[in-house]
Amino acid sequence: MKFTRFYRGAVVGAIAAVSLAACSSDNADDGTAAAASGNLVGGGASSQEAAMTAWTDGVTEEHPELTVSYDPVGSGAGREGFIAGQYSFAGSDSAMDATEQEQACGDGSAFHVPSYISPVAVAFNLDGIDSLNLKPDTIAKIFAGEITSWDDAEIAEQNDDADLPDTDITVVHRSDESGTTENFTDYLNGAAGDVWTWDAAESFPDELTGESAQQTSGVVSLTSETDGAITYADASQIGGLSTVAVGVGDEYVEYSADAAAAAVETAEEDPESEGARILDRSTEQDGVYPIVMISYHIFCDQYQDEELAEQAKSFGKYVISEDGQAAAEESAGSAPISDTIREEGNERIDAITAG
Amino acid sequence: MTTTPDQKTGNTGRLGDRIFFGLSWAGGATILAVLAFVAAFLVIQSLPAIMPETFGIGAQETSSFWSYVWPLTVGTVIASVIALTLATPVAIGVALFISHYVPRRFATSIGYLIDLLAAIPSVVYGAWGMLVLAPAMVPIYRWLHENLGFIPLFAADPTVTTTGRTILTSGVVLAVMVLPIITALCREIFLQVPKLHEEAALGLGATRWEMIKMTVFPFARAGIISSIMLALGRALGETMAVTMVLSAGGFSWSLVTSGANATIPSEIALNFPEAFGQRQAELIAAGLMLFIITLIVNVIARYIVNTHAKKAEGLS
Repeated sequence: MKFTRFYRGAVVGAIAAVSLAACSSDNADDGTAAAASGNLVGGGASSQEAAMTAWTDGVTEEHPELTVSYDPVGSGAGREGFIAGQYSFAGSDSAMDATEQEQACGDGSAFHVPSYISPVAVAFNLDGIDSLNLKPDTIAKIFAGEITSWDDAEIAEQNDDADLPDTDITVVHRSDESGTTENFTDYLNGAAGDVWTWDAAESFPDELTGESAQQTSGVVSLTSETDGAITYADASQIGGLSTVAVGVGDEYVEYSADAAAAAVETAEEDPESEGARILDRSTEQDGVYPIVMISYHIFCDQYQDEELAEQAKSFGKYVISEDGQAAAEESAGSAPISDTIREEGNERIDAITAG
Repeated sequence: MTTTPDQKTGNTGRLGDRIFFGLSWAGGATILAVLAFVAAFLVIQSLPAIMPETFGIGAQETSSFWSYVWPLTVGTVIASVIALTLATPVAIGVALFISHYVPRRFATSIGYLIDLLAAIPSVVYGAWGMLVLAPAMVPIYRWLHENLGFIPLFAADPTVTTTGRTILTSGVVLAVMVLPIITALCREIFLQVPKLHEEAALGLGATRWEMIKMTVFPFARAGIISSIMLALGRALGETMAVTMVLSAGGFSWSLVTSGANATIPSEIALNFPEAFGQRQAELIAAGLMLFIITLIVNVIARYIVNTHAKKAEGLS
């Protein structure tokens, strides 16, 4: 008997709690219809994960009623979830293709906002050498295994001052499929297509034998342990490795946040995907660092209700605001987007409607 | 033996018997059901990769699944074969040492030590292989290449490793991992050899080694094969350690080149977290291949064990 009484009490309590909760949320809706509140759910690229932590914290500071949760399931799965309606926005390292755009957002259409710019550094570990100048062709030959020693004439020619040792070059690449690899191979293909004949892909070409390790941390630690190793990795995570100044036109450009942002700003708009950009890998413009990864946030221009539209707007605008970009730079080492990109993004986000 | 279930549960059966019959029957059925569900899951999920044309996926991907999966399959088998080749003689030696050479009071503690090896998590083996073993193997690989480079296994394709992250290193790590499995099983079997057989052999003037050859090995043959097959299952499926130690790549016969081979479990572990759609189907199909290989290996092992058991029966 005691037990039944206890259960009855518990059930009554639970019903009361539910109805109270229902009341309170009703009140919130009536009182402040315009302010974003509730929980916005997104998912996608794991490259944005570190930045996303900063963004979800930051957006809740700015809009105390709004929380954002993000599943770092990978770009492809993120886009899939966005199309299926599981996520209200997607994070993706690559733009949606035509079929995906057709399926997404019902009657509305999807658009991209470049929100996370991550420069990819070509990093190496060579005793006594802090920096090297390398043209795209040379980088491609190194990664394709055509240049196998650090004192190769082609490297020496571009680096008069460096005292190059005759150490063997050990190429280190990612063993898991990765947006960083896709980006880097896209660069090699675009800037040195004569040497690098493979298409851009998430996995490094199988025909090339080289060292590989799991995740950015894996390649960085393997490169740090191996004298004569060279790799490519997110510039914010290369630790103590030396970096390559990449040949652009007749100049050599060291990686910097400004040079990376410039690459995105000077990139052409993608005619097939609204808001997306196609990087010009073989650019010859001054001060542009061409090995950059753009990660997008993908939104719909039309959401089913006012609440969702407000949530998406508030979050989208916060991410590309100066505050949002600074927060990401601090936590993830990304390069802040330029004002032009910000204005474009804001314009598109403002146009989000509920319908 | 020939009683029907009716007789068991009806007139002569007692309650305890009936419950035990039910429990063991349920146990057996559960195993089969789980196996069937796993197999069904693998087959259904991998269909888009194996038969893409029925799912309306481009023809250019039709041929690519087999060309994708065979290097992985061969790589998995190579790593396991290396592991067993290295581990089996050592393990049998250790087991014999414990069962027939060491005084009884040391034997138990040495046995415990070996069993302890089996309790170490594979990620620890992976870390050891990656940080300690791989760099230490580099000079050995260079020596092998310089002196035996004419054998394709030790040829540079195109270079000899500078970090030691090769399929051979993975095989060595796997060998250490499967060593306790073979040792523990063999030890138990060697201990069960009838004392009378051994003493008879010694009494006929056999040396200790001859005694082992004449009595222990014939008696234990089926058990040794079973233990090796169990170890092979472990080696085929090992994921974490191989993922950490091996620089994955396509396929090459060279064992001293990094980034030249890959194994199915590590390929799945590396790429599954962010895989979706067709790629996911492809990885699950690779898992199906592994499932089939393991099944084939086990069937062969069963067959060998059975024929040996029959022979042994015929002899005695």
